[in-house]
Amino acid sequence: MGSGHGTELNLTLKVWRQKNTKATGSFETHQLTGISTDMSFLEMFDVLNEKLISEGKEAIAFDHDCREGICGMCSMYINGRPHGPKQGVTTCQLHMRSFKNGDTIVVEPWRSAAFPVIKDLAVDRGAFDRIIASGGYISVNTGNAQDANNILIPKTDADESFGAAACIGCGACVAACKNGSAMLFVSAKVSQLALLPQGQVERKERVKKMVEAMDAEGFGNCTNTGACEAECPKGISLENIARMNRELMGATFK
Amino acid sequence: MSQGFLKSSIGKKFVMGLTGLFLITFLVVHCFINCLIFFNDGGLTFNIGADFMAHNWLIRAGELVLFFGLIVHIIQALLLTLENKKARPVGYAKIDGAANSSWYSRSMGLLGTLLLIFLIIHLVHFWVKSRFTGLPGEDANGNENLYAVMQETFKMAWVVVLYALSMISLSYHLLHGFQSAFQTLGLNHKVYTPIIKKVGIAFSILIPFIFALMPILMFLGVIK
Amino acid sequence: MSKLDSKIPEGAIDQKWSKYRSTVHLVNPANKRSLEVLVVGSGLAGASAASSLAEMGYKVKVFCFQDSPRRAHSIAAQGGINAAKNYQNDGDSTYRLFYDTIKGGDYRAREANVHRLAEVSSNIIDQCVAQGVPLAREYGGLLSNRSFGGTQVQRTFYAAGQTGQQLLLGAYSALQRQVGMGAVELCARHEMLDVVTIDGVTRGIIARNLITGEMEKHFGHAVLLCTGGYGNVFYLSTNAMGSNVTAAWKAHKKGAFFGNPCYTQIHPTCIPVSGDHQSKLTLMSESLRNDGRIWVPKKKDDNRKPTDIPEEERDYYLERRYPAFGNLVPRDVASRGAKERCDAGYGVGNSKMAVYLDFAFNTARYGRTEATKRNIQNPSQEEIMRLGKEVVKEKYGNLFDMYQQITGENPYEVPMRIYPAVHYTMGGLWVDYNLMTTVKGLYALGEANFSDHGANRLGASALMQGLADGYFVIPYTLGVYLSEEVSRMSAEKDKADSIDKLKTKHPAFDAALKEQTDLINKFLNIKGTKSVESFHKRLGLIMWNKCGMARNKQGLTEAIAEIQALRKEFWSDVRVLGSADEFNPDLEKAGRVADFIELGELMCKDALHREESCGGHFREEHQTEDGEAKRDDVNFAYVAAWEYKGESNWELNKEELKYENIKIAQRSYK
Repeated sequence: MGSGHGTELNLTLKVWRQKNTKATGSFETHQLTGISTDMSFLEMFDVLNEKLISEGKEAIAFDHDCREGICGMCSMYINGRPHGPKQGVTTCQLHMRSFKNGDTIVVEPWRSAAFPVIKDLAVDRGAFDRIIASGGYISVNTGNAQDANNILIPKTDADESFGAAACIGCGACVAACKNGSAMLFVSAKVSQLALLPQGQVERKERVKKMVEAMDAEGFGNCTNTGACEAECPKGISLENIARMNRELMGATFK
Repeated sequence: MSQGFLKSSIGKKFVMGLTGLFLITFLVVHCFINCLIFFNDGGLTFNIGADFMAHNWLIRAGELVLFFGLIVHIIQALLLTLENKKARPVGYAKIDGAANSSWYSRSMGLLGTLLLIFLIIHLVHFWVKSRFTGLPGEDANGNENLYAVMQETFKMAWVVVLYALSMISLSYHLLHGFQSAFQTLGLNHKVYTPIIKKVGIAFSILIPFIFALMPILMFLGVIK
Repeated sequence: MSKLDSKIPEGAIDQKWSKYRSTVHLVNPANKRSLEVLVVGSGLAGASAASSLAEMGYKVKVFCFQDSPRRAHSIAAQGGINAAKNYQNDGDSTYRLFYDTIKGGDYRAREANVHRLAEVSSNIIDQCVAQGVPLAREYGGLLSNRSFGGTQVQRTFYAAGQTGQQLLLGAYSALQRQVGMGAVELCARHEMLDVVTIDGVTRGIIARNLITGEMEKHFGHAVLLCTGGYGNVFYLSTNAMGSNVTAAWKAHKKGAFFGNPCYTQIHPTCIPVSGDHQSKLTLMSESLRNDGRIWVPKKKDDNRKPTDIPEEERDYYLERRYPAFGNLVPRDVASRGAKERCDAGYGVGNSKMAVYLDFAFNTARYGRTEATKRNIQNPSQEEIMRLGKEVVKEKYGNLFDMYQQITGENPYEVPMRIYPAVHYTMGGLWVDYNLMTTVKGLYALGEANFSDHGANRLGASALMQGLADGYFVIPYTLGVYLSEEVSRMSAEKDKADSIDKLKTKHPAFDAALKEQTDLINKFLNIKGTKSVESFHKRLGLIMWNKCGMARNKQGLTEAIAEIQALRKEFWSDVRVLGSADEFNPDLEKAGRVADFIELGELMCKDALHREESCGGHFREEHQTEDGEAKRDDVNFAYVAAWEYKGESNWELNKEELKYENIKIAQRSYK
């Protein structure tokens, strides 16, 4: 159906199963047949789960919601890469046409001390929320705003800020980084606001608080390998990390 | 507050970057002095440089700073590595690192460790003799004859191989470290970063290559 | 005497809100600190309401079923947000936005609410920009606008194809700021399972911690349901997988009337279904209709490649039928147009259930403009297309990438294939002017309520309504009720067993908790043979076929019987594995599907009773000779508010819609 070039695949799936945060997990192997190449990766998991339920086995827990690549909820580490083999897409937007018949696919949860596994492939990314709560905002109460066009923003600044703001908070940067660093996520928010005139008042306090919160969550340290940028489904740039380094220096030494 | 900065993950990296750049400048000086052997005049010019370096008080003071920088670079690296290990207590079963980063950027610790081992051997070969156990007399100009030590040392094939291999480690360490230091210091710019990267690549290949050339050419007897 | 009091303030339409706002009772700051507000849902409406109320001093708790409030499905809105700023100097005004929205809603929305929405629309843009939302700018630094369907002015503000994301992240930042300050308690991965009422007044909720499975009691002086729409009753929709009706439905069963449940919006530009495995549908923003032209071949069953079909053999049916609005007719009209062509045998693609959305014409136009700008003399066709593609890429790049990702086809080279899909539900909990439902102290905001869009929502109006309700309406109207609560509290100050002293220790909380715990155990103990998912799929199929884009008496009657049978089967044969005291997505879904099944029946019932066609509700029996919707203003100019009376039993209440400022007329986009 549909685009018409859909063919079918037979696959071996090795999936991480873990009962809860405290339990130790292990891999479970499943054989799947007749997987359409038009399916998304998560639809393939739907098929697997239906099969498991029909056999009286518990379905594999995984996070997902919008399935259109924007909510940032899906989070699978597929064949050694967050969100799988295609660059610039989330797991939900990965389609089975990116795999070959007979492939073995290894699926693991995001691995980070700051993202404890809840069950199977679902992890807790509350650390990101806490980092934003520490300073990832502009303090403006409802009703205090001036007319939007009173603040002129050069298009290039607005575009650059938007580029950073496109982050979906999925955590692929942390998952990809050999050190489990959250620098790309944090720097995206710091950059978005540092680039806008509205963000200037709290600029120094913001970066200090956010870096402090990031460190407190137990993320690793950045060593500039660039894996985060390469795996980010939204193409958030390493420039943001450099900018955050600059911002923190500026905030400390001035 | 600046104390808080140094305790932050960014501050620690900042120290790594700064000490790294400092060590890079040392490499330039070291390389420049050593290049004097290419005059191929039996080490006379080289010994002038070496003697100056050994007896100028400013250089000696700099040497202390250099050691300090080196130790900070090493200790900080160890601490960061330990922290990073803690950040991922359960590892992945399958990692496709090549898909998103270079192997040497992911192996700075390993490359650094190799360089540390090399450094100890290298210091025993030259620095300990020059500063403590003494050099074998003076050359025709009356300068301390460090060159003679080089000639002695680079007669041994295993030393030459070790030095050459270590310079490959250095090259890869620099390939990542050079541009990484700029990124850490916040210098990422649409125009300048590509230039920095190119300069970094050139530097990372050229300096270790020149260093490696010395033992090889001396061993082969091209430089006498 | 109707049970419904919409509490619309007296006075001229343009004075109602400002006068009301400045005369309603206020709650003094000291009292605010002792008033607790529970906000369920963290999308645009929920996050904006929670942050605004916390800023004012109320104690707020926020619940969301996702792992973070930032994931709420508002994030997926692509195209834009309307505001009557008139920045483009093209004749826009509050009145025009008001008028367009009422007309777009096919004269089935409440005038006073819609006018208030138009009035506060400008403030929303100001607020969001102040928060650092990077809306698109012109080179001079001013905000940029684009056109959207159903209007003839440019009033839509946007951030590439990610406007919802940017606005939600703005509201989320404001929310997290309050969380960081301790003014909001965040309960992520929590699902509300019931409203607790005592003597008919809302006193809190029962929620399940989705990680541990623990059932929790939460007390609140007011509960705000900001839980979005119920499009997933159709199984396939553009909603997120987790979007559900449970909170609203449980509220409905506790006494909140459900308004116009049959009004569902089928969005015309979605990626067609590709097979049985399909789990959801993906929208291609309406903004694409600015530059994409919709067509089908003039010949039936034309199997040529679209690029091989010459211009004169293409039928640009929207441009042909609606010359004034062309491809920018409202969504319901565009959707029915596609369905009509496909049903008549002109559909394209393998399934023949798709039409083309073609960018070639406007790509070439942009290319020529760009060539002129760059001073390129006599550009070749290739060069024109290359330049044009650059412009198109900047405008819609992310959407084109998404299309290619899903279909494997390159929309820069071949036209997109699109087909309508369920997108938004105009119906929802009935609310008065204060956004309070028929249960005291229980409010519904955003898509969860029925109030502003009538029978059809215009593009870029959902974001506007969610944020209007949260930022600029509820902060004022909640005080009307809470000031009464303050009086009650002080009157009951010395009462030993007052609700304020007992809070969740009140027996009503225990009873509600037990009821919900029993329900969960019931799911687990059926131990049937069919998965929850399979029931959801079957429900969706019934709804789509018989209560979808076109409805008729026979189909709806059949659907009601089928759904009742499905419900019986569900409760005797569903298989839910795992346990209640763990993270169990399957168990969560069981509860949601159970509620969808009941809702489905009510939707069909509502659609059956409404013997007219209006907006998203199209009854085949009621159409003009040329196939347009035929309203019946004499008999159906009312809101159908359904009161739950027990299993499969509802009582209809009517709120008459009075049009005092807009002359009710046949809606024409010709």
